Amino acid sequence: MSNLQLQNVTKEYPGVTALKKVTFDVQDGEFFVLLGPTGAGKTTTLRVVAGLTKQDEGSVLFDNESVDEFPPAERDVALVFQQYSLYPTMSVYDNLAFPLRSPMRDLPEDEIRTKVEDVAKTLRIEHLVERKTAHLSGGEMQRVSIGRAIVRDPRIFLMDEPLSNLDFKLREALRVELQHLQQHLQKTQGSTTLFVTHDQIEALTMADRIAVLNRGRIIQIGTPEDIYDRPATTFVAQLVGTPRINLMKSQREDGTLRIEKSDLHLPMPPDCGVPEQVQLGIRPEDINIDPEGQFSGQVAITEPLGVETVVHIRSKEQTLISLIPGLVDYRKGDEVKFNIQSDRLHCFDLDGIRVQME
Amino acid sequence: MATIELQQVEKKFGELHAVKPMDLTIQDGEFVVLLGPSGCGKTTTLRMISGLETVTSGTILLGGRNVTWLHPSERDVAFVFQFYALYPHISARDNISFPLRAQRESKEVIDQRVKEVAALLRIEHLLNQRPGNLSGGDQQRVALARALVRRPEAFLMDEPLGALDADFRESMRAEIKQLHIDQHATTVYVTHDQIEAMAMGDRIVVMSEAVVQQTGTPHEVYYDPANLFVARFIGSPGMNLVSAVYSEGVVNVPGTENRYSVPDGWASPIGETIGGEGRIVLGFRPEAARVKTDGPLSGEVYASELQGAYSVMHVNVNTDDIVHIRTDRQIDYPIGTQVNFDIDPQMVRFFNPADEAAIQKEVSQ
Repeated sequence: MSNLQLQNVTKEYPGVTALKKVTFDVQDGEFFVLLGPTGAGKTTTLRVVAGLTKQDEGSVLFDNESVDEFPPAERDVALVFQQYSLYPTMSVYDNLAFPLRSPMRDLPEDEIRTKVEDVAKTLRIEHLVERKTAHLSGGEMQRVSIGRAIVRDPRIFLMDEPLSNLDFKLREALRVELQHLQQHLQKTQGSTTLFVTHDQIEALTMADRIAVLNRGRIIQIGTPEDIYDRPATTFVAQLVGTPRINLMKSQREDGTLRIEKSDLHLPMPPDCGVPEQVQLGIRPEDINIDPEGQFSGQVAITEPLGVETVVHIRSKEQTLISLIPGLVDYRKGDEVKFNIQSDRLHCFDLDGIRVQME
Repeated sequence: MATIELQQVEKKFGELHAVKPMDLTIQDGEFVVLLGPSGCGKTTTLRMISGLETVTSGTILLGGRNVTWLHPSERDVAFVFQFYALYPHISARDNISFPLRAQRESKEVIDQRVKEVAALLRIEHLLNQRPGNLSGGDQQRVALARALVRRPEAFLMDEPLGALDADFRESMRAEIKQLHIDQHATTVYVTHDQIEAMAMGDRIVVMSEAVVQQTGTPHEVYYDPANLFVARFIGSPGMNLVSAVYSEGVVNVPGTENRYSVPDGWASPIGETIGGEGRIVLGFRPEAARVKTDGPLSGEVYASELQGAYSVMHVNVNTDDIVHIRTDRQIDYPIGTQVNFDIDPQMVRFFNPADEAAIQKEVSQ
């Protein structure tokens, strides 16, 4: 396996800048996720790495050597797409063996068999190897697609939303499988992976590191904890976490931060380095309903989700979304007291850039 | 607004049983969600209530009136679809007022009602725009306004949020719930998304393979699922379900050292259901398990996932069953670690593998 570097990669299409000076490093063996909304440039980045799209400027390096002049076939990357691209009339076995049977490899059939059986075991599809792929479920087909990528032992795995076509329960299960597989591969053959998704849960749960992309630019690179706990901009803050982070204009006032259109004043020492006007971010789980709580408001609605309940709390015209463990039952208009975890506040300036609090 | 009653309502398409005979009474002002995977019969049920689909047999009452064989337009229900179904060439205002103009209401009444619903849905500033110029969410608000303006007996909604992106779905979900709290309109809402169903429904009708699996409040379907299907379908991840063997008050996971003494009130109903001893399914929600050094159950960490505010640890209790345990973010065991855990005795459930039904705990005196 290899490490991967992108240096100032820029790609323009008529009227749109698809990528603007995109720069990042993926370490050997790392699971690196590109996260962003539709149109952010995630798939373009992946295609540039694969050699399917040629960048206008900048370089792609594998193991510190430029691959810019290599056609896709010579880059030795394995692609897994959202749509499974299996041969429907072939068995699972033949689909898995296909990349190994390339004349360029010239492998004996018993070696191929060993490799295919190994991969089938790792992906828990041993019982399916004789079946034609047309007879598989979506989840099984995606496992086979991943298996076909692994069996080649490529320099880099490139995965473009491989779970997006699956239903929710299956996606959940395959996410866990992929994570387990990753750990397994790191011990055996190594597995540098560039994984593209628009789904923040996939990014948080699977990534070693995440690069957040928006409109062709990298906004932040960091571990899932960095991205979730220290979002660099309001865009990143809103992209990760469900329910979404509360984001409210706020104003410094006599040693407090007053949330606009509300009765809420958060204590904030004068020397904390926060500007006069900020956008304050509070994650829903950092608002805790507590009979002794410092703040109060009225319940607007409650949404019992199961393991927790979303409670919308109103203070004047402002609504705060809070996430309370368990199924709790409040009625519209109920008065509630609550606390806000002051060490978990996020402040952003009016341009949306994170402000470091002292 | 009105009650809706389904009495032994059934639908067949040729040989295919789309909905097996079902009974359901929806109270005046209630918000009922029909929930299930695609093909379960939920949309067919909604379409039968609306009159867009005829019933094969059974009776539908709307406000006590038998509407089984009435044309959709004679039922006085309003339908909201996943796709907004707005007229693209006329303004939002004209789209909203369309049903009233069709009913030949006076201009004063029309203006007044449009003003009211536009205020309610906060789209006053969009009334002169054409649908094509509006965002997906605003188009759906216009579609809702058009349904509301008629003041129908009931609202029928077929995955109205399905076409919206995730962020937006979350806020529209709250808006529709708010609207319901303000209006108290009898509403039947179809979705395949269990989170939406839990968040919005006064009651949820869980369907699978043309059969109603359970009808209950979000609390009931979450904590006391009627069978294995509901246990799996509700929750993210769903309820942990471990195949085990029961004997003399103890549940044993075959091929492992896992032995779990059943909490008070369970031994006799389990014994009666499965006939003394035998196979059983142990169920518990991910948040009901706690990692604990002397916990009676154990397994090997298979994967662990940061999900934002918390983590979910996946533990292999034997070769077939992975259980999901919700933990604090700080707890992070490497893959392969052996962990012990216990289950909150109040949150343990048992199921009979033969018919997949939940076993009912003995009611304590």
